[in-house]
Amino acid sequence: MNTQGFVHKFPDNVDTDVIIPARYLNTADHKELAAHCMEDIDPQFIKKVQPADIIVAGWNFGCGSSREHAPIAIKEAGVSCVIAKTFARIFYRNAINIGLAILECEEAADKIQPGDEVSIDFDTGVIQNLTRGEQYKAEPFPDFIKDIIDKGGLLKSLR
Amino acid sequence: MAMTMTQKILAAHAGLPEVRAGQLIKARLDMVLGNDITSPVAINEFEKAGFEGVFDKSKISLVMDHFAPNKDIKAAQQCKQCRTFARRFDIDHFYDVGNMGIEHALLPEQGIVAPGECIIGADSHTCTYGALGAFSTGVGSTDMAAGMATGEAWFKVPAAIRFNLTGSLGKWVSGKDVILHIIGKIGVDGALYKSMEFTGEGVKSLSMDDRLCICNMAIEAGAKNGIFPVDEVTRAYVKGRVSRDFAAYEADPDAEYEQTIDINLSAITPTVSFPHLPENAKTFDQIGDIAIDQVVIGSCTNGRLSDMAVAAEILKGKKIAKNVRTIIIPATQQIYMESMKRGYLEIFIEAGCVVSTPTCGPCLGGYMGILAEGERCVATTNRNFVGRMGHVDSEVYLASPAVAAASALTGKISQPVE
Repeated sequence: MNTQGFVHKFPDNVDTDVIIPARYLNTADHKELAAHCMEDIDPQFIKKVQPADIIVAGWNFGCGSSREHAPIAIKEAGVSCVIAKTFARIFYRNAINIGLAILECEEAADKIQPGDEVSIDFDTGVIQNLTRGEQYKAEPFPDFIKDIIDKGGLLKSLR
Repeated sequence: MAMTMTQKILAAHAGLPEVRAGQLIKARLDMVLGNDITSPVAINEFEKAGFEGVFDKSKISLVMDHFAPNKDIKAAQQCKQCRTFARRFDIDHFYDVGNMGIEHALLPEQGIVAPGECIIGADSHTCTYGALGAFSTGVGSTDMAAGMATGEAWFKVPAAIRFNLTGSLGKWVSGKDVILHIIGKIGVDGALYKSMEFTGEGVKSLSMDDRLCICNMAIEAGAKNGIFPVDEVTRAYVKGRVSRDFAAYEADPDAEYEQTIDINLSAITPTVSFPHLPENAKTFDQIGDIAIDQVVIGSCTNGRLSDMAVAAEILKGKKIAKNVRTIIIPATQQIYMESMKRGYLEIFIEAGCVVSTPTCGPCLGGYMGILAEGERCVATTNRNFVGRMGHVDSEVYLASPAVAAASALTGKISQPVE
């Protein structure tokens, strides 16, 4: 599996309250949630984001509330992968469980700049920065987690 | 192989003689929790996957607490969806307006969670029940759906940080100051993916309400769980609440910890976390004059009876400062009733505060105390992220009930004086 897109960059400790503010949690509708994705950290994000775009962030992405609405909003907004130095653990689980691709890679998070075009090979964990001609390597998932992703999420993997 | 307390509980629930940090396991669940925000997503996934039944109707808790009593039509629809699901599967622990409380105050109070149990909840503060000596962790809605269907969840066995507690807390210092101090020390990802295991001779001096508050905010350091040993305080608390058998696990004496951090409880002073991260902890020697507009005393962190008691002690016979709005929210119906019997509610109202039915409302900027642009709030809640309680340019200062009540009286961030 591969993806390719343009990068939107965010800082450390992006919490799920800014990814999808609680005032919008009175719905579970994926499209309504996506319409407010990242609203409290970058109100223009949802106007700028294009299908297959990639989010790159620092340490502890997705900290705070367990709301699955956060990875749902990101996925539904068209984002094809989130690369961060680390993820908060509940966000990490949720992303895997709903089939939002995520990768941990400190070097990529440091070197990739906003607007860079990046391609990712999920099987190898290789991230190509097409704009800068650089290559970074993320840790691929353990097999147990690959299996959940390959089957299309946790619930499908249980059937 | 020697195991931590968390690892022992996980091994027992995975049916394995031992587990080690980093191992992926499937564990049997004693309780699966959801609220009115996370359950609708779980129910949608549960139904979409075509599950016909739940694994055990006595081991699922659905608590309508976040936007209940409902704040708007959409919130009402979400509670209705939960209610319908609870009726369909005859869920034992369904708590709605009239008997609900804030989930993490309610479940321990009602004896729904017990020492040694393995609990997941689709709410990040599910880590609260570690105070009872349980393994308890927050997950998302899909994990909740899978848990309700199968009674199992996957975990990566965590490594642990040991907090060796000594001494005892001074007057007006509480579990909230301890956990804010710790998060200030290790940072909001200082315990990422790990257990925070609290041990040492200082443990015995901490009340159950202090322990619940400390474990509640383990997630704010990124932890998978926080956990206290089972002792006399635990046994006294669960007596009369938990009637089923439970197990008290102990860490092996030679268990491996990634790090041991010594915390002298006697040296901790009132602590406030400044915007916009819980790790921005300051003590009063670092805090100048900061005028405030609102005070909130409540939440799953600090809405318990001892929190109401300390607020009442400080507010008794006094009036809150002009231009400060003070909202007090006992976390459960039982706490509300007991606060009424003890005269706390009268003290609050005479001081000029409002008292609300249990709800998570203001903590997450849902309703019942939303902040306008530029406003500041001292809150006994757990998060001070950008926009957490309202406008993106409002500010939340996290503090104990004692500091919050003292601040309500002066109109600026203050510590209680004798």
